[in-house]
Amino acid sequence: MSGNAAIRGTYIFDGQAARRGYALNKMCYSFNEAKNRKEFLADEDAYCSRYGLNAEQRQAIRSRNVLALLAAGGNAYYLAKFAGIFGLDMQDIGAQQTGRTVQQFKDHLQSYARFTAGVNAGGTRRG
Amino acid sequence: MAELFGGVSTSHVPAIGRAIARGLQGEPYWKPFLDGFVGVRAWLAQQRPDVAIVVYNDHGLNFFLDKMPTFAVGAAPEYLSADEGWGIPTIAPVPGDQDLSWAIINGVVEEEFDVVTCQEMLIDHAVTVPLQLLWPDGPPRVRIVPICVNTVQHPLPSPARCLKFGRAIGRAVAAYPADVRVVVISTGGLSHQLEGERAGFINPEFDALCLNAIVNEPARLTVYSPRELVALSGSQGVEILNWIVGRGILGSTAREILRNYHIPISNTAAAVQVLEAA
Repeated sequence: MSGNAAIRGTYIFDGQAARRGYALNKMCYSFNEAKNRKEFLADEDAYCSRYGLNAEQRQAIRSRNVLALLAAGGNAYYLAKFAGIFGLDMQDIGAQQTGRTVQQFKDHLQSYARFTAGVNAGGTRRG
Repeated sequence: MAELFGGVSTSHVPAIGRAIARGLQGEPYWKPFLDGFVGVRAWLAQQRPDVAIVVYNDHGLNFFLDKMPTFAVGAAPEYLSADEGWGIPTIAPVPGDQDLSWAIINGVVEEEFDVVTCQEMLIDHAVTVPLQLLWPDGPPRVRIVPICVNTVQHPLPSPARCLKFGRAIGRAVAAYPADVRVVVISTGGLSHQLEGERAGFINPEFDALCLNAIVNEPARLTVYSPRELVALSGSQGVEILNWIVGRGILGSTAREILRNYHIPISNTAAAVQVLEAA
């Protein structure tokens, strides 16, 4: 089915990923609360054990590697809360996943700016 | 009778909330996008809405994967924001409009949209950032009815389903007897992708298609499956589903009052667009 063909470099978070990544995402969801973020930092192993992470997930957390976290079933929105503990933003994470420096990743995003005028001009009225 | 006069659709990038908190609105990075809101605010001041229906997606604040509704309708007396884990400030509680919430719930369920109803619902940056953009000088001067669309866990609702859902909401609002002026605020998008080796993907051509089609040919967007949206718009570009619901609410015809498209805001092709129901 062409509609389900893989999209290169993209991790579709579907039922299979949601099942595989449940413990990992549940732990990351807990990082909404400051006291949980502190507890994680105080004793990372104990915190991961409490949420029942498997060996792959535990290793991915230890490595701070976003692609490994995705492979272990992590969802981008929950992983953002994990990244937040270390003060990482979306450009830091994007750079890590694409093998660029943060500045290179920002430059890549900036390179799209040349298209904005054309998209704005497509409007029936300008703002 | 309720009057549904128009809608504002806008990106809800969390970094905007951080920039507002730090007072960076005038800096070159932020100004071109944020300047687009001057006109939006003038339009809102002229239209004087009483209630805003806010169509958005939760990012793991109110809903976890233990219970993940496809469509959820807020029916709370007020909505609280909370810590999302990475440091944007919360805003004061936003008042709800329970009568309109239940009118919408009753209407859409009668039309066979079996929504989850929420008498308590935390609102995240996808609601708070747009409210701060539209009412920067204090609390939003509207009551809200938040409507949450699942864009987190596939299977997602299709664009076709989202447009039909929006139209059902629109009919419920049109039949609502109270004299209230209603604006639709749809949030998220446009093209962006946070995760994977394709992180940083942006597609201005598809964004242009969406911004043009949504005005008076929203059905053009219903040919896509959610997976095709991921391919064309990025994993998180699927938030255009919120815009499609919002467009459905406005009814059959609309006219574009304002658009401002800007790249980049964080990893996102950001946009704000104002439509008036015609």
